[in-house]
Amino acid sequence: MYTGRSLVVAVSIGVIAMVLLGKLFLIQVADDSYLRKAERNAIQRVVDHPYRGLVYDRNNALMVFNDPVFDLMVIPKDFSLKDTSRFCTLFDIEKTYLIENFNAAKEYSWVKPSPLIKQISKEDFAKVQDFLIDYKGLFVMTRSVRSYPQSAAANALGYIGEISGPQLSQDKSGYYVQGDYVGQSGLESYYEPELRGRKGVKYKLVNVRGIEKGAFKNGDLDTISFPGENLQSTIDLNLQLYGEHLMEGKRGSVVAIEPKTGEILTIISSPTYDPNVLKGAKFGQNYEILNSDQEKPLFNRPIMAMYPPGSIFKIVQSLIGLQEGILTPNTTFSCNKALVNCHNHPSPVNLFGAIRNSCNPYYHQAFRQIINQDISSNTYTDTQIGLDKWRADVLKFGLGNRLGIDMHGEKGGSIPSSELYNRIYGEGRWKYSTIYSLSIGQGEMLVTPLQMANLAAIFANKGFFYTPHLIKSINGDASRIPEKFKRKRDSGIDAGHFDMVQNAMVEALSGTATRAIMTDITIAGKTGTAQNPAGEDHSVFIAFAPKEDPKIAIAVYVENAGWGGRAAASTASLLIEKYLTGGIDRPQLEDYVLKGEFIY
Amino acid sequence: MRQKNTYFHTIDWVTIGFYFALVFMGWLNIYAAVYDEQNATSIFDFSINSGKQLIWIGTSILLIIIIMVADYRLFHNLSLILYILFVIILFLTPFIGKEINGQRAWFELGIFRLQPAEFTKFATALALAKLMESQSFDLGKIKDQMKALGLIGLPIFLILLQPDTGTAMVYSAFFIMLYREGMPQRYYIIGLSLIGLSIITLAIENNLYLFGGIGVLTLAFITLSKKTWRNILGFGFMGIIMAAYALSLDYVVEKLPDHQQNRIMVLFDPDVDPLGVGWNVTQSKIAIGSGGLLGKGYLEGTQTKFDFVPEQHTDFIFCTLGEEFGWIGSFVMIALFAGLLLRLVFLAERQKTRFSRIYGYCVVSLLLFHFTINIAMTIGLFPVVGIPLPFFSYGGSSLWSFTILLFVFVKLDSNRIEILGRS
Repeated sequence: MYTGRSLVVAVSIGVIAMVLLGKLFLIQVADDSYLRKAERNAIQRVVDHPYRGLVYDRNNALMVFNDPVFDLMVIPKDFSLKDTSRFCTLFDIEKTYLIENFNAAKEYSWVKPSPLIKQISKEDFAKVQDFLIDYKGLFVMTRSVRSYPQSAAANALGYIGEISGPQLSQDKSGYYVQGDYVGQSGLESYYEPELRGRKGVKYKLVNVRGIEKGAFKNGDLDTISFPGENLQSTIDLNLQLYGEHLMEGKRGSVVAIEPKTGEILTIISSPTYDPNVLKGAKFGQNYEILNSDQEKPLFNRPIMAMYPPGSIFKIVQSLIGLQEGILTPNTTFSCNKALVNCHNHPSPVNLFGAIRNSCNPYYHQAFRQIINQDISSNTYTDTQIGLDKWRADVLKFGLGNRLGIDMHGEKGGSIPSSELYNRIYGEGRWKYSTIYSLSIGQGEMLVTPLQMANLAAIFANKGFFYTPHLIKSINGDASRIPEKFKRKRDSGIDAGHFDMVQNAMVEALSGTATRAIMTDITIAGKTGTAQNPAGEDHSVFIAFAPKEDPKIAIAVYVENAGWGGRAAASTASLLIEKYLTGGIDRPQLEDYVLKGEFIY
Repeated sequence: MRQKNTYFHTIDWVTIGFYFALVFMGWLNIYAAVYDEQNATSIFDFSINSGKQLIWIGTSILLIIIIMVADYRLFHNLSLILYILFVIILFLTPFIGKEINGQRAWFELGIFRLQPAEFTKFATALALAKLMESQSFDLGKIKDQMKALGLIGLPIFLILLQPDTGTAMVYSAFFIMLYREGMPQRYYIIGLSLIGLSIITLAIENNLYLFGGIGVLTLAFITLSKKTWRNILGFGFMGIIMAAYALSLDYVVEKLPDHQQNRIMVLFDPDVDPLGVGWNVTQSKIAIGSGGLLGKGYLEGTQTKFDFVPEQHTDFIFCTLGEEFGWIGSFVMIALFAGLLLRLVFLAERQKTRFSRIYGYCVVSLLLFHFTINIAMTIGLFPVVGIPLPFFSYGGSSLWSFTILLFVFVKLDSNRIEILGRS
């Protein structure tokens, strides 16, 4: 049939058919990238971005809202520029930025829109609006950015930003896509699922000219959007603003809590920044500035800074001693400065006097009794047993672990365990004399300002606390706040032990913090000094008021301000006055705080 | 009556079966290529291309009937006259033709447009058969080679004036027929080597590697052959020729107009000119590649329907098939074509006269060339040239000319016994 040259022709036909089928197999069956490219061509994903939820303060004053901005979109196939520099001048962008974004758009699709210039503000958009018709292949999409009527609580509210690569790969829900905005810190991040709402997506078929050709798969994959839910914060905006005003020029933290509920009234990280700078087109630029600022305005001090608790910890020691039955109000020790240094005060002192005078040798001796209860005849073993038992008691005060506030990045501080000392010194090679500085809140011990404020709340509540939190209700529904914020937590100390301690705290003010005393409101407080090996000590003060029915518990840290009474106590006292009375009757004290010599 | 029965028996129904299967598939795909879900019209609607194609199919059947009832001697006798007639028409086309897409390749007859160059293929095939049928014609002789090449070269020259490079290129298909009829093998070895060298030259950007490769190859030949002076000089000369060819090819390609240069370079780099030539190839591959194994289903394609692929109902009609019927659909269609071609080779070989056999091989050559180049260009194996897919592509000129081309051979084949009797 086929012979000689006709066979060659016949075989060639077979070979050609096979080559074509082989190549077709490669692109049709072996390579699925063409399918994705086809979908990218013909399926347009139209996303309906819902409004992000608003944030109000505890008195329903607006803290965060949405402001419209404009994304300039480009369809690369239709877009051409005759005068690039004019365009760049008009839109106030760098040429390299334009080229970079245009290349990215081309990379994505020649026929479908991509953002060319993102987040043009209302004001800038008004300037360029009329010139847009001069350019083919450009159109505008409206979206919104977060805005803040008052510059307050920047670190607590947090900011939103474009989702990062790692965040995108961690997102198991598959909800986010490149270019989505998510809460990056503070409430924006913690309550992201509530605030963001649910975006709607429509899949449309489009032809090569971008003209709609109906729904993809009859719209079976389409979803409708739900707006974000509003949050009511526990923050008192007025108090917050006043606190930030008082902290201007100082480095430190303020945390005020409503003791009965754990609601945070004020949370200040100083120095702070105006949250309005971290929005819109200037986000990247401003973020760089803030991020490289030596004073670290983005560092959320109340939950991230850790200091030794200092003298304030003596109250915790007193309470544990009382609860363990090792101390009674009448337990008396002499102020033996050979043990540890102290300032001059009457000696010997009972427990009340020890708190009032913040007597170091008293706690050196009392703590030895708490630690060494002669459970083991071996001093080393006995210290180890005593330390771990004591540590368990301390942890119940919310120290040593994260409290669980509704912000990411909270630090837990640390309370040393026997394990730690075994690691440092070796097992059986340390005893009370090694760790005695813990007695006065020094040594291997760290707490955050938030934990400190929570201590004040425990003292005010006579033993219990609620996990401090920043949210009062979600979409007006108070029951929707996370369950953990509704649970009462116990410090393990009987309420009866607190009366004497509270009285001593009231008295303590007349010794170490006279400026903080108010005539008509009884403040219970305690000064402290967080030792700072790097420079001047940090000034610390905790307080609650009114003593009879505490409505506010507060901790104030002023870094490098020296002894606690001066800066921190005065600031706390003013905030208590502001919160309880709504105004300030002590302008000279306010002056002192604002103009004091503890400016960084 | 009895004679008529015999006549029907002698017709090769297998070929006709392949023909109608391909035409029918083509028609379905033309409908799919223009189908608009939101504004759906019937496949028979004469306002859309599938309806118009139905007219072309109907008139083609008329042509088939005319050819089948005509006297087979007519084609033999008219061959040279037809050739001369079409050469004259081709010559006149650039002056009186209608300009479409920068080419003057079309005649307008009322609402229909005809492309003379499509029919010239048929006339050239007949003329070649006529020229080469005599027993004294010998492709081993330079003189006879020149005659055949002259006959092929004249229409090529005239079509290039239009200019229509793609259609002109089709005439090189006759080399397949010439091969069967005894054209010396060495021409094909040299030709295929040059094609291979051209591909390598264009694929390798760095000339250093190219010339290095040629050098190594030359040395290898010299080392492996008997080291006579004749061999050494011969292979050395071959190496120099190859290098010179590569250099001049690079030069020629660089001197080509941008759009032609891009058509070639896009094979090696799809990102060349992504909105021009690259656009066609990229989109065509996306359409076909997205079909997968089983395809998206009839009328469910998005790439051709929504105009991402240009010329989707004519030169790029294969995209619609690839997208909607997947690899299986492509397989069926290519199998049909290969089956038809193998059948035609078989038929050509059983002819009793040189005229019929040569004409049969001309049909095989033209169909094989169109089919190969058209599909190869849609999947990025060959530069984009504007030639239709036989029986598939929308358009009267194309369908008519291929129908006439094929059925004249079917007619000749059905009369092969009588032809023998006559001669």
